[in-house]
Amino acid sequence: MASIDAGDGGGGKKGPGVKKAKKLSTTVDMTPMVDLGFLLITFFIFTTTMAQPTAMNLFMPKDVEKKEDQNKVKESGAFTIMLGKQDVVYYYEGMDPTQLKTATFKTIRDEIIRKKQSTNPEDLVMIIKPTVDATYKNTVDILDEMTINEIKRYAMVDISPQEYQLIQITEAAAGIK
Amino acid sequence: MPSVKIKKHAPTNDMTPFVDVAFLILSFFMLATKFKPEEPVEVTTPNSVSSTTLPEKDAFMVSVDKGGRVFVQVDNPEFRQILIQNLNQTRNLGLTPAEMKSFINAPSIGVPFNQLKGLLAMDQDLAKKVQQPGVPCADSTGGELYFWIRDALSAYSGRKLNLLIKADNDAKYPVFKNILDAFKKNDQNKFLLVTSPEDAPIGSSLYETRQNQIKSGK
Repeated sequence: MASIDAGDGGGGKKGPGVKKAKKLSTTVDMTPMVDLGFLLITFFIFTTTMAQPTAMNLFMPKDVEKKEDQNKVKESGAFTIMLGKQDVVYYYEGMDPTQLKTATFKTIRDEIIRKKQSTNPEDLVMIIKPTVDATYKNTVDILDEMTINEIKRYAMVDISPQEYQLIQITEAAAGIK
Repeated sequence: MPSVKIKKHAPTNDMTPFVDVAFLILSFFMLATKFKPEEPVEVTTPNSVSSTTLPEKDAFMVSVDKGGRVFVQVDNPEFRQILIQNLNQTRNLGLTPAEMKSFINAPSIGVPFNQLKGLLAMDQDLAKKVQQPGVPCADSTGGELYFWIRDALSAYSGRKLNLLIKADNDAKYPVFKNILDAFKKNDQNKFLLVTSPEDAPIGSSLYETRQNQIKSGK
Protein backbone atom coordinates (compact mmCIF):
# COMPACT_ATOMS: atom_id res chain seq x y z
CA MET A 1 0.00 0.00 0.00
CA ALA A 2 2.20 2.73 1.23
CA SER A 3 4.46 2.72 -1.76
CA ILE A 4 6.16 5.68 -3.25
CA ASP A 5 6.11 5.70 -7.01
CA ALA A 6 9.51 6.70 -8.13
CA GLY A 7 10.59 7.48 -11.65
CA ASP A 8 7.56 6.19 -13.41
CA GLY A 9 6.17 8.97 -15.50
CA GLY A 10 9.31 11.12 -15.56
CA GLY A 11 12.25 9.87 -17.53
CA GLY A 12 12.47 11.75 -20.81
CA LYS A 13 14.59 10.57 -23.65
CA LYS A 14 18.19 11.38 -23.36
CA GLY A 15 19.49 13.14 -26.39
CA PRO A 16 23.04 12.45 -27.52
CA GLY A 17 25.49 14.15 -25.30
CA VAL A 18 22.86 15.71 -23.10
CA LYS A 19 22.71 14.51 -19.58
CA LYS A 20 19.46 15.11 -17.89
CA ALA A 21 18.88 14.64 -14.24
CA LYS A 22 16.52 11.79 -13.63
CA LYS A 23 13.11 13.14 -12.80
CA LEU A 24 11.48 11.57 -9.85
CA SER A 25 7.80 11.51 -9.46
CA THR A 26 6.61 12.90 -6.14
CA THR A 27 3.20 11.31 -5.97
CA VAL A 28 2.50 9.54 -2.73
CA ASP A 29 -0.24 7.08 -2.17
CA MET A 30 -2.39 8.92 0.31
CA THR A 31 -5.10 6.31 0.78
CA PRO A 32 -3.97 5.11 4.23
CA MET A 33 -3.67 8.67 5.43
CA VAL A 34 -7.18 9.45 4.28
CA ASP A 35 -8.42 6.26 5.89
CA LEU A 36 -6.94 7.28 9.18
CA GLY A 37 -8.19 10.84 8.82
CA PHE A 38 -11.76 9.79 8.31
CA LEU A 39 -11.54 7.25 11.07
CA LEU A 40 -10.60 10.04 13.45
CA ILE A 41 -13.32 12.30 12.06
CA THR A 42 -15.97 9.70 12.72
CA PHE A 43 -14.58 9.17 16.20
CA PHE A 44 -14.77 12.86 17.02
CA ILE A 45 -18.22 13.23 15.49
CA PHE A 46 -19.57 10.46 17.69
CA THR A 47 -17.99 11.64 20.91
CA THR A 48 -18.61 15.33 20.56
CA THR A 49 -21.39 17.26 22.22
CA MET A 50 -22.11 20.15 19.99
CA ALA A 51 -25.12 21.81 21.54
CA GLN A 52 -24.24 22.93 25.02
CA PRO A 53 -27.16 22.48 27.34
CA THR A 54 -28.81 25.64 28.50
CA ALA A 55 -30.37 26.38 31.83
CA MET A 56 -33.83 27.65 32.43
CA ASN A 57 -34.38 29.73 35.52
CA LEU A 58 -37.14 28.72 37.83
CA PHE A 59 -38.09 30.72 40.87
CA MET A 60 -40.58 29.19 43.22
CA PRO A 61 -42.36 31.20 45.88
CA LYS A 62 -41.88 30.37 49.51
CA ASP A 63 -44.68 28.44 51.07
CA VAL A 64 -46.97 30.78 52.93
CA GLU A 65 -48.92 29.43 55.85
CA LYS A 66 -51.60 32.05 56.17
CA LYS A 67 -54.24 32.54 53.53
CA GLU A 68 -54.17 36.31 54.02
CA ASP A 69 -50.49 36.53 53.11
CA GLN A 70 -51.00 34.98 49.72
CA ASN A 71 -51.10 37.10 46.63
CA LYS A 72 -54.54 37.93 45.36
CA VAL A 73 -55.40 37.55 41.72
CA LYS A 74 -57.98 39.67 39.97
CA GLU A 75 -60.66 37.57 38.40
CA SER A 76 -60.51 39.42 35.10
CA GLY A 77 -56.79 38.78 34.78
CA ALA A 78 -56.60 35.16 35.87
CA PHE A 79 -55.89 32.50 33.30
CA THR A 80 -55.44 28.98 34.55
CA ILE A 81 -53.66 26.34 32.52
CA MET A 82 -53.86 22.73 33.59
CA LEU A 83 -51.76 19.94 32.17
CA GLY A 84 -53.41 16.58 31.71
CA LYS A 85 -52.61 13.19 30.25
CA GLN A 86 -51.40 12.65 26.71
CA ASP A 87 -50.08 16.20 26.31
CA VAL A 88 -53.55 17.69 26.49
CA VAL A 89 -53.92 21.12 28.04
CA TYR A 90 -57.01 22.46 29.79
CA TYR A 91 -57.59 26.10 30.50
CA TYR A 92 -60.16 28.49 31.87
CA GLU A 93 -60.39 32.19 32.41
CA GLY A 94 -61.36 33.78 35.67
CA MET A 95 -62.20 31.76 38.73
CA ASP A 96 -64.72 29.26 37.47
CA PRO A 97 -63.16 25.88 36.70
CA THR A 98 -66.37 24.60 35.12
CA GLN A 99 -65.64 26.86 32.14
CA LEU A 100 -62.92 24.38 31.26
CA LYS A 101 -61.77 24.26 27.66
CA THR A 102 -59.45 21.80 25.98
CA ALA A 103 -56.40 22.69 23.94
CA THR A 104 -53.13 21.22 22.79
CA PHE A 105 -49.63 22.60 23.14
CA LYS A 106 -49.94 23.98 19.62
CA THR A 107 -53.17 25.87 20.18
CA ILE A 108 -52.52 27.08 23.71
CA ARG A 109 -50.16 29.77 22.45
CA ASP A 110 -52.93 31.51 20.54
CA GLU A 111 -55.10 31.46 23.63
CA ILE A 112 -52.31 32.93 25.74
CA ILE A 113 -51.71 35.67 23.18
CA ARG A 114 -55.42 36.42 22.96
CA LYS A 115 -55.68 36.67 26.73
CA LYS A 116 -52.58 38.83 26.92
CA GLN A 117 -53.92 41.27 24.36
CA SER A 118 -57.39 41.50 25.86
CA THR A 119 -56.28 42.00 29.44
CA ASN A 120 -54.74 44.88 31.32
CA PRO A 121 -51.05 43.86 31.64
CA GLU A 122 -51.03 44.68 35.33
CA ASP A 123 -53.84 42.29 36.09
CA LEU A 124 -52.70 39.39 33.94
CA VAL A 125 -51.60 36.36 35.92
CA MET A 126 -51.16 32.91 34.46
CA ILE A 127 -51.62 30.05 36.85
CA ILE A 128 -50.06 26.75 35.87
CA LYS A 129 -51.41 23.63 37.47
CA PRO A 130 -49.84 20.37 36.36
CA THR A 131 -51.79 17.26 37.30
CA VAL A 132 -50.11 14.07 38.48
CA ASP A 133 -50.44 12.74 34.94
CA ALA A 134 -48.42 15.52 33.35
CA THR A 135 -44.86 14.82 32.31
CA TYR A 136 -41.82 16.93 33.03
CA LYS A 137 -41.67 17.89 29.37
CA ASN A 138 -45.18 19.32 29.58
CA THR A 139 -44.20 21.39 32.58
CA VAL A 140 -41.09 22.77 30.93
CA ASP A 141 -42.98 23.42 27.70
CA ILE A 142 -45.64 25.47 29.40
CA LEU A 143 -43.07 27.42 31.42
CA ASP A 144 -41.28 28.03 28.16
CA GLU A 145 -44.52 29.24 26.64
CA MET A 146 -44.55 31.95 29.31
CA THR A 147 -41.09 33.05 28.21
CA ILE A 148 -42.01 32.91 24.54
CA ASN A 149 -45.07 35.09 25.01
CA GLU A 150 -43.32 37.29 27.55
CA ILE A 151 -45.83 36.77 30.31
CA LYS A 152 -44.34 38.56 33.29
CA ARG A 153 -46.46 37.09 36.04
CA TYR A 154 -47.09 33.40 36.32
CA ALA A 155 -47.15 30.89 39.11
CA MET A 156 -46.96 27.15 39.38
CA VAL A 157 -49.55 25.95 41.85
CA ASP A 158 -50.90 22.61 43.02
CA ILE A 159 -54.14 21.53 41.46
CA SER A 160 -57.28 21.51 43.59
CA PRO A 161 -59.24 18.25 43.94
CA GLN A 162 -62.26 19.84 42.32
CA GLU A 163 -60.30 20.82 39.24
CA TYR A 164 -58.65 17.43 39.00
CA GLN A 165 -62.05 15.79 39.12
CA LEU A 166 -63.26 18.03 36.31
CA ILE A 167 -60.27 17.09 34.21
CA GLN A 168 -60.85 13.41 34.87
CA ILE A 169 -64.47 13.75 33.76
CA THR A 170 -63.41 15.62 30.62
CA GLU A 171 -60.75 13.04 29.90
CA ALA A 172 -63.20 10.19 30.33
CA ALA A 173 -65.67 11.91 27.99
CA ALA A 174 -62.98 12.47 25.39
CA GLY A 175 -61.71 8.91 25.76
CA ILE A 176 -58.19 9.83 26.80
CA LYS A 177 -56.56 7.09 28.77
CA MET B 1 2.14 3.74 -40.24
CA PRO B 2 2.73 2.58 -36.76
CA SER B 3 -0.35 1.91 -34.80
CA VAL B 4 -1.18 4.43 -32.11
CA LYS B 5 0.02 3.24 -28.80
CA ILE B 6 -2.26 3.91 -25.91
CA LYS B 7 -0.26 4.62 -22.85
CA LYS B 8 -1.29 2.57 -19.92
CA HIS B 9 -1.77 4.66 -16.83
CA ALA B 10 -2.46 3.47 -13.37
CA PRO B 11 -5.88 4.93 -12.46
CA THR B 12 -4.53 7.32 -9.88
CA ASN B 13 -6.08 10.61 -9.04
CA ASP B 14 -4.76 13.43 -6.96
CA MET B 15 -6.07 13.05 -3.48
CA THR B 16 -4.41 16.12 -2.01
CA PRO B 17 -7.49 18.39 -1.87
CA PHE B 18 -9.49 15.53 -0.47
CA VAL B 19 -6.96 15.03 2.28
CA ASP B 20 -6.86 18.77 2.90
CA VAL B 21 -10.57 18.91 3.50
CA ALA B 22 -10.57 15.77 5.61
CA PHE B 23 -7.92 17.11 7.91
CA LEU B 24 -9.58 20.49 8.08
CA ILE B 25 -12.75 18.85 9.33
CA LEU B 26 -10.71 16.67 11.64
CA SER B 27 -8.96 19.61 13.24
CA PHE B 28 -12.29 21.41 13.59
CA PHE B 29 -13.78 18.51 15.49
CA MET B 30 -10.70 18.08 17.63
CA LEU B 31 -10.82 21.69 18.72
CA ALA B 32 -14.57 21.95 19.06
CA THR B 33 -15.08 18.70 20.89
CA LYS B 34 -15.76 18.41 24.53
CA PHE B 35 -16.16 14.94 25.82
CA LYS B 36 -19.42 13.93 27.29
CA PRO B 37 -19.13 13.60 31.04
CA GLU B 38 -19.80 10.16 32.32
CA GLU B 39 -23.42 9.76 33.27
CA PRO B 40 -24.99 6.87 35.07
CA VAL B 41 -28.36 7.32 33.43
CA GLU B 42 -29.55 8.46 30.09
CA VAL B 43 -31.58 11.62 30.34
CA THR B 44 -33.14 13.34 27.35
CA THR B 45 -33.83 16.89 28.38
CA PRO B 46 -36.70 18.92 26.97
CA ASN B 47 -36.08 21.96 24.79
CA SER B 48 -36.47 25.53 25.91
CA VAL B 49 -35.90 28.95 24.38
CA SER B 50 -33.76 29.93 27.34
CA SER B 51 -30.34 31.21 26.38
CA THR B 52 -28.65 31.11 29.77
CA THR B 53 -25.62 28.88 29.69
CA LEU B 54 -25.32 26.15 32.20
CA PRO B 55 -22.91 26.93 35.04
CA GLU B 56 -20.22 24.28 35.19
CA LYS B 57 -18.80 25.03 38.55
CA ASP B 58 -20.32 24.69 42.00
CA ALA B 59 -23.21 22.66 40.76
CA PHE B 60 -25.41 20.34 42.73
CA MET B 61 -27.37 18.39 40.19
CA VAL B 62 -30.42 16.27 40.72
CA SER B 63 -31.14 14.08 37.71
CA VAL B 64 -34.30 12.16 37.06
CA ASP B 65 -34.50 9.41 34.49
CA LYS B 66 -37.49 8.12 32.53
CA GLY B 67 -38.63 5.82 35.29
CA GLY B 68 -38.46 8.56 37.91
CA ARG B 69 -35.26 7.41 39.60
CA VAL B 70 -33.48 10.28 41.28
CA PHE B 71 -29.70 10.74 41.26
CA VAL B 72 -27.54 13.33 42.94
CA GLN B 73 -24.29 14.69 41.60
CA VAL B 74 -21.78 17.16 42.98
CA ASP B 75 -19.18 18.34 40.52
CA ASN B 76 -16.43 19.54 42.83
CA PRO B 77 -14.38 16.70 44.40
CA GLU B 78 -13.36 18.90 47.34
CA PHE B 79 -16.94 19.45 48.31
CA ARG B 80 -17.80 15.86 47.64
CA GLN B 81 -15.37 15.02 50.39
CA ILE B 82 -16.94 17.47 52.83
CA LEU B 83 -20.40 16.30 51.82
CA ILE B 84 -19.68 12.64 52.49
CA GLN B 85 -18.05 13.43 55.82
CA ASN B 86 -21.10 15.44 56.82
CA LEU B 87 -23.47 12.74 55.71
CA ASN B 88 -21.45 10.08 57.43
CA GLN B 89 -21.85 11.91 60.72
CA THR B 90 -25.42 13.10 60.45
CA ARG B 91 -26.83 9.89 59.02
CA ASN B 92 -24.58 7.44 60.91
CA LEU B 93 -23.51 5.69 57.75
CA GLY B 94 -20.40 4.16 59.30
CA LEU B 95 -18.28 4.57 56.19
CA THR B 96 -14.62 3.68 56.20
CA PRO B 97 -12.10 6.18 54.78
CA ALA B 98 -11.69 3.93 51.75
CA GLU B 99 -15.40 4.02 51.07
CA MET B 100 -15.43 7.77 51.38
CA LYS B 101 -12.63 7.92 48.88
CA SER B 102 -14.65 5.83 46.49
CA PHE B 103 -17.50 8.34 46.87
CA ILE B 104 -15.16 11.14 45.86
CA ASN B 105 -14.46 9.27 42.63
CA ALA B 106 -18.06 8.31 42.00
CA PRO B 107 -19.82 10.32 39.29
CA SER B 108 -23.23 10.21 40.87
CA ILE B 109 -25.22 8.42 43.49
CA GLY B 110 -28.69 6.99 43.25
CA VAL B 111 -29.14 4.67 46.20
CA PRO B 112 -30.86 5.00 49.57
CA PHE B 113 -28.59 5.65 52.54
CA ASN B 114 -28.82 2.07 53.77
CA GLN B 115 -27.36 0.80 50.48
CA LEU B 116 -24.75 3.50 50.15
CA LYS B 117 -22.09 1.65 52.14
CA GLY B 118 -22.54 -1.45 50.03
CA LEU B 119 -22.28 0.48 46.79
CA LEU B 120 -19.16 2.37 47.83
CA ALA B 121 -17.47 -0.78 49.09
CA MET B 122 -17.78 -2.30 45.64
CA ASP B 123 -15.12 -2.21 43.01
CA GLN B 124 -15.55 0.82 40.75
CA ASP B 125 -16.04 -1.09 37.54
CA LEU B 126 -18.57 -3.33 39.22
CA ALA B 127 -20.38 -0.41 40.79
CA LYS B 128 -20.93 1.12 37.37
CA LYS B 129 -22.94 -1.88 36.31
CA VAL B 130 -25.18 -1.89 39.34
CA GLN B 131 -28.76 -0.88 38.71
CA GLN B 132 -29.22 1.90 41.23
CA PRO B 133 -32.76 2.29 42.57
CA GLY B 134 -32.57 6.06 42.96
CA VAL B 135 -32.52 8.32 46.00
CA PRO B 136 -35.87 8.06 47.77
CA CYS B 137 -37.86 11.29 47.73
CA ALA B 138 -41.27 9.74 47.66
CA ASP B 139 -43.43 12.27 49.43
CA SER B 140 -43.64 15.93 50.36
CA THR B 141 -41.16 15.47 53.25
CA GLY B 142 -38.45 15.31 50.61
CA GLY B 143 -37.33 11.87 51.77
CA GLU B 144 -33.60 11.28 51.82
CA LEU B 145 -33.05 13.89 49.13
CA TYR B 146 -33.73 16.48 51.81
CA PHE B 147 -30.63 15.35 53.74
CA TRP B 148 -28.50 15.29 50.62
CA ILE B 149 -29.47 18.88 49.87
CA ARG B 150 -29.06 19.99 53.47
CA ASP B 151 -25.58 18.56 53.79
CA ALA B 152 -24.54 19.81 50.37
CA LEU B 153 -25.62 23.29 51.40
CA SER B 154 -23.74 23.09 54.66
CA ALA B 155 -20.67 21.79 52.81
CA TYR B 156 -20.85 24.86 50.62
CA SER B 157 -21.58 27.06 53.61
CA GLY B 158 -22.02 30.58 52.42
CA ARG B 159 -20.81 30.15 48.88
CA LYS B 160 -23.27 30.14 46.05
CA LEU B 161 -24.31 26.68 45.03
CA ASN B 162 -26.06 26.30 41.69
CA LEU B 163 -29.00 23.98 42.04
CA LEU B 164 -29.57 22.12 38.83
CA ILE B 165 -32.45 19.86 38.03
CA LYS B 166 -32.07 17.65 35.02
CA ALA B 167 -35.08 15.53 34.30
CA ASP B 168 -36.09 13.35 31.40
CA ASN B 169 -38.89 14.31 29.01
CA ASP B 170 -40.99 11.40 30.17
CA ALA B 171 -40.46 11.84 33.89
CA LYS B 172 -43.75 12.42 35.65
CA TYR B 173 -44.58 15.72 37.25
CA PRO B 174 -45.01 14.39 40.82
CA VAL B 175 -41.34 13.35 40.95
CA PHE B 176 -40.34 16.83 39.88
CA LYS B 177 -42.66 18.30 42.47
CA ASN B 178 -41.15 16.14 45.22
CA ILE B 179 -37.70 17.38 44.28
CA LEU B 180 -38.90 20.97 44.39
CA ASP B 181 -40.41 20.26 47.80
CA ALA B 182 -37.14 18.81 49.07
CA PHE B 183 -35.38 22.00 47.99
CA LYS B 184 -38.10 24.21 49.41
CA LYS B 185 -37.75 22.53 52.77
CA ASN B 186 -34.16 23.71 52.73
CA ASP B 187 -35.32 27.24 51.89
CA GLN B 188 -34.01 27.01 48.37
CA ASN B 189 -36.26 28.62 45.80
CA LYS B 190 -34.05 29.32 42.82
CA PHE B 191 -33.34 26.52 40.41
CA LEU B 192 -31.86 25.99 37.03
CA LEU B 193 -33.55 23.45 34.84
CA VAL B 194 -31.21 21.80 32.37
CA THR B 195 -32.64 22.00 28.88
CA SER B 196 -31.51 21.76 25.28
CA PRO B 197 -31.47 24.98 23.32
CA GLU B 198 -34.20 25.88 20.88
CA ASP B 199 -35.01 28.99 18.86
CA ALA B 200 -37.89 31.24 19.73
CA PRO B 201 -40.78 30.52 17.35
CA ILE B 202 -40.96 33.03 14.50
CA GLY B 203 -43.58 35.68 15.05
CA SER B 204 -43.81 35.20 18.80
CA SER B 205 -43.32 38.10 21.12
CA LEU B 206 -39.98 36.83 22.40
CA TYR B 207 -38.81 36.47 18.81
CA GLU B 208 -39.69 40.11 18.09
CA THR B 209 -37.85 41.27 21.20
CA ARG B 210 -34.73 39.35 20.27
CA GLN B 211 -34.85 40.65 16.71
CA ASN B 212 -35.11 44.20 18.00
CA GLN B 213 -32.15 43.61 20.27
CA ILE B 214 -30.09 42.41 17.32
CA LYS B 215 -31.15 45.40 15.21
CA SER B 216 -30.32 47.91 17.88
CA GLY B 217 -26.86 46.43 17.97
CA LYS B 218 -27.11 44.84 21.35
